Amino acid sequence: MLQVNDLHVSVEGNEILKGLTLTIKAGEVHAIMGPNGAGKSTLSAVIAGKDGYEVTQGTITFEGKDVLEMEIEERAQAGLLLGFQYPVEIPGVKNIYLLKSALNAQRVARGEGEMPAPEFMKLVKEKLGYMKMDASFLQRAVNEGFSGGEKKRNEILQMLVLQPKLAMLDEIDSGLDIDAMKIVADGVNSLRAEDRAILLVTHYQRLLDYIVPDKVHVLVDGRIVKTGDAELAKQLEANGYEGIEESVA
Amino acid sequence: MASEEMEQLVRREYKDGFVTDIESDTLPPGLDENTIAFISNKKGEPEWMLEWRLDAYRQWLKMEAPSWAHLDYPPIDYQSISYFSAPKRPEDRPQSLDEVDPKLLETYEKLGIPLHERAALAGVAVDAVFDSVSVATTFKKQLGEAGVIFCSISEAIRDYPELIKQYLGTVVPVADNYFAALNSAVFTDGSFVFVPEGVTCPMELSTYFRINAANTGQFERTLIICESRAQVSYLEGCTAPMRDENQLHAAVVELVALDDAYIKYSTVQNWYPGDENGVGGIYNFVTKRGDCRGDRSRISWTQVETGSAITWKYPSCVLRGKDSIGEFYSVAVTNGRQQADTGTKMIHIGEGTRSYIVAKGISAGRSDQSYRGLVKIGPRAKGARNFTQCDSLLIGDKCGAHTFPYQEIGNSTATIEHEATTSKIGEDQLFYCQSRGISEEDAVSMIVNGFCKDVFQELPMEFAVEAEALLNVTLEGAVG
Repeated sequence: MLQVNDLHVSVEGNEILKGLTLTIKAGEVHAIMGPNGAGKSTLSAVIAGKDGYEVTQGTITFEGKDVLEMEIEERAQAGLLLGFQYPVEIPGVKNIYLLKSALNAQRVARGEGEMPAPEFMKLVKEKLGYMKMDASFLQRAVNEGFSGGEKKRNEILQMLVLQPKLAMLDEIDSGLDIDAMKIVADGVNSLRAEDRAILLVTHYQRLLDYIVPDKVHVLVDGRIVKTGDAELAKQLEANGYEGIEESVA
Repeated sequence: MASEEMEQLVRREYKDGFVTDIESDTLPPGLDENTIAFISNKKGEPEWMLEWRLDAYRQWLKMEAPSWAHLDYPPIDYQSISYFSAPKRPEDRPQSLDEVDPKLLETYEKLGIPLHERAALAGVAVDAVFDSVSVATTFKKQLGEAGVIFCSISEAIRDYPELIKQYLGTVVPVADNYFAALNSAVFTDGSFVFVPEGVTCPMELSTYFRINAANTGQFERTLIICESRAQVSYLEGCTAPMRDENQLHAAVVELVALDDAYIKYSTVQNWYPGDENGVGGIYNFVTKRGDCRGDRSRISWTQVETGSAITWKYPSCVLRGKDSIGEFYSVAVTNGRQQADTGTKMIHIGEGTRSYIVAKGISAGRSDQSYRGLVKIGPRAKGARNFTQCDSLLIGDKCGAHTFPYQEIGNSTATIEHEATTSKIGEDQLFYCQSRGISEEDAVSMIVNGFCKDVFQELPMEFAVEAEALLNVTLEGAVG
């Protein structure tokens, strides 16, 4: 589904990713772990198309299409969706309006036409219940005055409504207490499907107790230095990243 | 009113002229006492009105154009302006839409302006395309039954001289400022509204229905009076971009609210801003002031300013009556090379007076925008309160936003709150929306409309919808 090949990325002249290669197949859940500054968030940002990242070498393809040639919104329309570590506030824009605009923009781009309002409301209410969110969330401005946990739940709510093919979640566990983490993890787990892949970017192993990945990649200094299964994450928890770096060296 | 209703009204047959007293003469450029006498004569005005104009003119001669505004424009040569020009003759106007700038038509399309109105707005010489006359006639009957007077200021001077004598120039004195003095001397058109005691005007009043205002709006004079317990909502302007031969516009608007009266004045202004270098755009120097003369009276200004090359405009409230309320809700958008210096003045004189200011400025392109607001609390204004919120949004990195809040507090029992923010339209906000599949243009419009929401919700519903569309068109291509 997603193929990243020998990816080199620079930010303001500093090379952050130094030849990263990664393959994600439909139905899989991948976790990317690594120390701070290793380039974890850079990877998902580049895939989503954020400005300020220069790809100096390598390719990213998604279902055979060259991702780097696509506009930001085209990537989302193709089914690539990024859940933010720090979702931004958009004053005056209702949460439900953003959701509806996003869903319809994606549907129209795929030639499906806009979703009728009653059907949309039914869908959103169902997903809200799943995330244990009150309906008043829909009428509030996007992320404005939301607590850290509410913002993260809102990100997952968007995923549940938009149903991407590849969901990328950047540090979705940061700042969550254990109850909120369970709700978020339940939401993510409900996204697991044969035709969908999930890419988790996380610093801590904790999240992976709730969302058990098929593959764990250790990212150090811009490269994936080790790949394993869920056990690898536990090793990391026990020995830290330094142990891995040494074993690789 | 519903747009279908509107459509029906405009399709009615032509009945009789609304302003037919303007003949085909045009004064050569230049301004002296003879010019003023000519205008006054053309309008069939009584002697006292001519004297009033001449007094204004003589005071104007002694005044100087204000230079304190944060605006940059070449000096205006007042002798090069023609102060009385008849509407263009049909043979001089475009004969069909094919002769009109396609770009203008494209904008009408985007704004959703009905086909039959587009021609009129573009100045096409088609008979009764937009038959404002019959609309006005229909309305007049309904208004007349309620006792409301709504007519052109010229008619009012002829037909209701006592009201004019009693109120004209009492809110904005003839020598109030340079542009108001000029307007008082040479105004040629405008509206007059009188709502008698206890009457709520049965409909929203709009100059939009008088299409001829599009061609003669250079020096407009508007006077609205609400007697005790009377109410009116007045809409000025039009979202369609209006072109005008006249570069200088200097309007005066006076509002008078007596005890328990409520005047709501909404403006959508979209004069031609000039080309990408700002050439040919309208200079808009407007004096708008409301006088809350009566106890518990309330005056509310709502404006959406998107046009003009230069905007100089401070709709204000004089809060004289006890417990009277002044409100100012503003969205000003500048793009390209536009410059706007706009804001409000809230003058608290009476006890327990309250004012509320929400100003939203959006700058894009190479434009420059200033908010200038004065809150003045007089010594007798015990317990007066003001709340000001003033937010600027920048799009791109070549535009400017400035805030000049002035406060003069003459009373220790007053409460003043001021909040101000300046933010750049977040790359992060844009990325967030786009990464959800929303196009950049739709994302900008979503973010900007969200920013303006507090003001838009003060507009009459139909106006609010138009204003949103207008904002999108104005900011098209502002990002990227």
